[in-house]
Amino acid sequence: MAANGAFDEIWGHGGPDAPRAEFAALSQWIADTPAAELHRRQQSAEATFRQLGITFAVYGDSDAAERIIPFDIVPRVFLPNEWARLSEGLVQRVQAINAFLEDIYGERRILKEGIIPEELIYLNDQFRPEVDGVRPPHGVWAHICGIDLVRTGADEFFVLEDNARTPSGVSYMLENREAMIRLCPELFRDFRVAPVDSYPDMLLQTMRSVAPGGGKAKPVCVVLTPGHFNSAYYEHSFIADTMGVELVEPVDLVVDDDVVYMQTIAGRVRVDVIYRRIDDDYLDPLAFRPDSMLGVPGLIAAYRAGNVAIINAPGNGIADDKAIYSYMPEIVRFYSGGDVKLPNVETYRCREPQALKYVLDNLGKLVVKLVDGSGGYGMLVGPTATKAQIEEFRAALVAEPHRYIAQPTLALSTVPTMVESGLAPRHVDFRPFVLTGSDGVRVVPGGLTRVALREGSLVVNSSQGGGTKDSFVLLDDGPGQSQEQGA
Amino acid sequence: MLSRTASALYWLGRYLERADFLARLVEATIRLDALSARPAGEAAWQSALTVSYTDEAFALTGHNTTQAHVAKFLTLDASHPGSIIRCLDMARMNARAVRTALTREAWTAINRAWLIFQSRTSPGGATQTLNMVEAVKAEMRGFEGSIHRMMRNEATLLIQLGAAVERADNTARLLDVKYHILLPAGEEVGGAVDRDQWTTILQTVSAVNAYRWLYSDGLKTVNVIDLLISRPELPRSLAACVEEGVDLLSQLAKRTGLQGEADRMARARMQRMQKTRTAEVIVSGLHEYLEAFIAENELLDRAIARQFRFI
Repeated sequence: MAANGAFDEIWGHGGPDAPRAEFAALSQWIADTPAAELHRRQQSAEATFRQLGITFAVYGDSDAAERIIPFDIVPRVFLPNEWARLSEGLVQRVQAINAFLEDIYGERRILKEGIIPEELIYLNDQFRPEVDGVRPPHGVWAHICGIDLVRTGADEFFVLEDNARTPSGVSYMLENREAMIRLCPELFRDFRVAPVDSYPDMLLQTMRSVAPGGGKAKPVCVVLTPGHFNSAYYEHSFIADTMGVELVEPVDLVVDDDVVYMQTIAGRVRVDVIYRRIDDDYLDPLAFRPDSMLGVPGLIAAYRAGNVAIINAPGNGIADDKAIYSYMPEIVRFYSGGDVKLPNVETYRCREPQALKYVLDNLGKLVVKLVDGSGGYGMLVGPTATKAQIEEFRAALVAEPHRYIAQPTLALSTVPTMVESGLAPRHVDFRPFVLTGSDGVRVVPGGLTRVALREGSLVVNSSQGGGTKDSFVLLDDGPGQSQEQGA
Repeated sequence: MLSRTASALYWLGRYLERADFLARLVEATIRLDALSARPAGEAAWQSALTVSYTDEAFALTGHNTTQAHVAKFLTLDASHPGSIIRCLDMARMNARAVRTALTREAWTAINRAWLIFQSRTSPGGATQTLNMVEAVKAEMRGFEGSIHRMMRNEATLLIQLGAAVERADNTARLLDVKYHILLPAGEEVGGAVDRDQWTTILQTVSAVNAYRWLYSDGLKTVNVIDLLISRPELPRSLAACVEEGVDLLSQLAKRTGLQGEADRMARARMQRMQKTRTAEVIVSGLHEYLEAFIAENELLDRAIARQFRFI
């Protein structure tokens, strides 16, 4: 049975005995495989993940310094037509994000035409004057985007968040698929699942395509990690390894005369493209935070001089900021000339008096977020909040309305998931990955499905007990394992 | 290859070799303590501490030199760097830092060895301790196997170089300690305890059968010393480790073009060792010989770090 009447991606609204017509076979597979067998396979996958050290660190939790993310054996499946529509929407959105960044750090047409209020940019911490007027090599800003989606019905997909800085999770997409192929090979016999293992090749191709011009045939690409204590270190090493490029730490890089080198046993080697997994703030103490022990001094100067490509470009935070998010439909329309194919979750900007009035009248039904908050801080979840919390937010909203947005609570879709008592619907979200190079935009046919393991919970965050699932994209009979569209 | 990566791989090789050696040392000491006709008891555990250079650290714990305390100290005690768990911690940290230079199998072996200790607080009795160190040794064999399935590149060579340098150091220490410290007062050279102790040494370096094949005599001190110093057939002998070091350095030179002080030191040392006669070493002082060997090993270690620009 679907939870709280929410739409289940396999069962629809009908439950295990009456799945959505397209998923009869999958539902049959679930029914035919004994629960104990599914449990066994799931445990085997998790044991492998532990042995491989596919872990993430939880800050401030010394007992469980390394944890694995729970893996669920029942895949989430996209039908070919669902995926085709999603991909179109993703390409459109990411192209708009790139156009927006190009404009904001360039001509600023969108401000001049009054589409977005100027103060949203100029008073925003995520707007980086340090890179203002700098055009990255080949004009690509958001090379790797992770777009967080939620679904509320058969045809209702909404973007919850755009991640245009350093989105993570791609290693889980690939490792989950490896585990599924090993543990449930029959599924791949019965269904034509689009492969995801082309991701590393696509990423390397994307990186090479944005190397500073006039360079070598094979530009030197590296992945830059803060180090092996970082919570996502496994992913950093995984990405470097699958691409066959060096995984460097800031200490390995030196900048001399605006050129970036890595220090090797054979001496210095010039670096052309850096996929950094370090936030802007810690990238270069000379440009950003001078107290950062992490960064590479002079890196931004080398970038400004056009000698190195940085993936994703510094300053991208302005595009995935919560305050900007609410303008994404306008942004897409402004740069693409068409309507947005992947809508936002309805968002009330409290800075607008009418919206503020609605929000204040309906606090008990809404989620209210601080525009510059993250990780659940500065957030009110109306339906589960106490009276006191609601009144506290009411006062804060009246005092500083421009700092808040509000959204309705959504009935997120569910997917059957193994829990103690057997299979039960659990809420999911989805993060596909979109790559943009100088040679086009590519959507990898798959992504990271996160699942809230507690009944009724909407929290899919891994540090709060969320798990992951493999995400199958079923192939149509036609060609095209990935959608490509010229930039 | 990144300089940091080179350094981490070399130290990975050293730490894993050290963990393996400690596992062997604990195993041999348990046998000496429990299985021989006249148990050597505390003296055996004392010498295990001396060989691993942890006797002073152990003295600070205030515990008796008994199996329960020393075995735990050498395996599970994370408070001093001379325990297996700390060696595996360091090896694993280095391995994580250079994961891209290792295969999945190589990394998994290290991680599995490390996991053996994560759920334990006590090594248990003799049998359980033996099982535990045997499990570590098995993972280390798995690791060695896996690096022979890796690409034959600088990464593999640097790990093996670290292991060769470490192994030479371990064998020299083992021999030095036994020869000068072990025999309790009142025991005769060539007596039962002496014999047990030499057997233990052979067990630590997996050379009991090798000894029988190479020397038709019964157990003789001079032969054990000869075996451990100058027989290249025995992988843990000083001669074999030195030769391996020379070979690895020249393979590295071929691949990287880096050749220098480390190569010269290693070659000169090999030539000297080939002329070494065991009887002469004993006459002129085994302890002095081994001390000089250990000091030279340290100099070689530093030359390697300079040559490959370790950071």
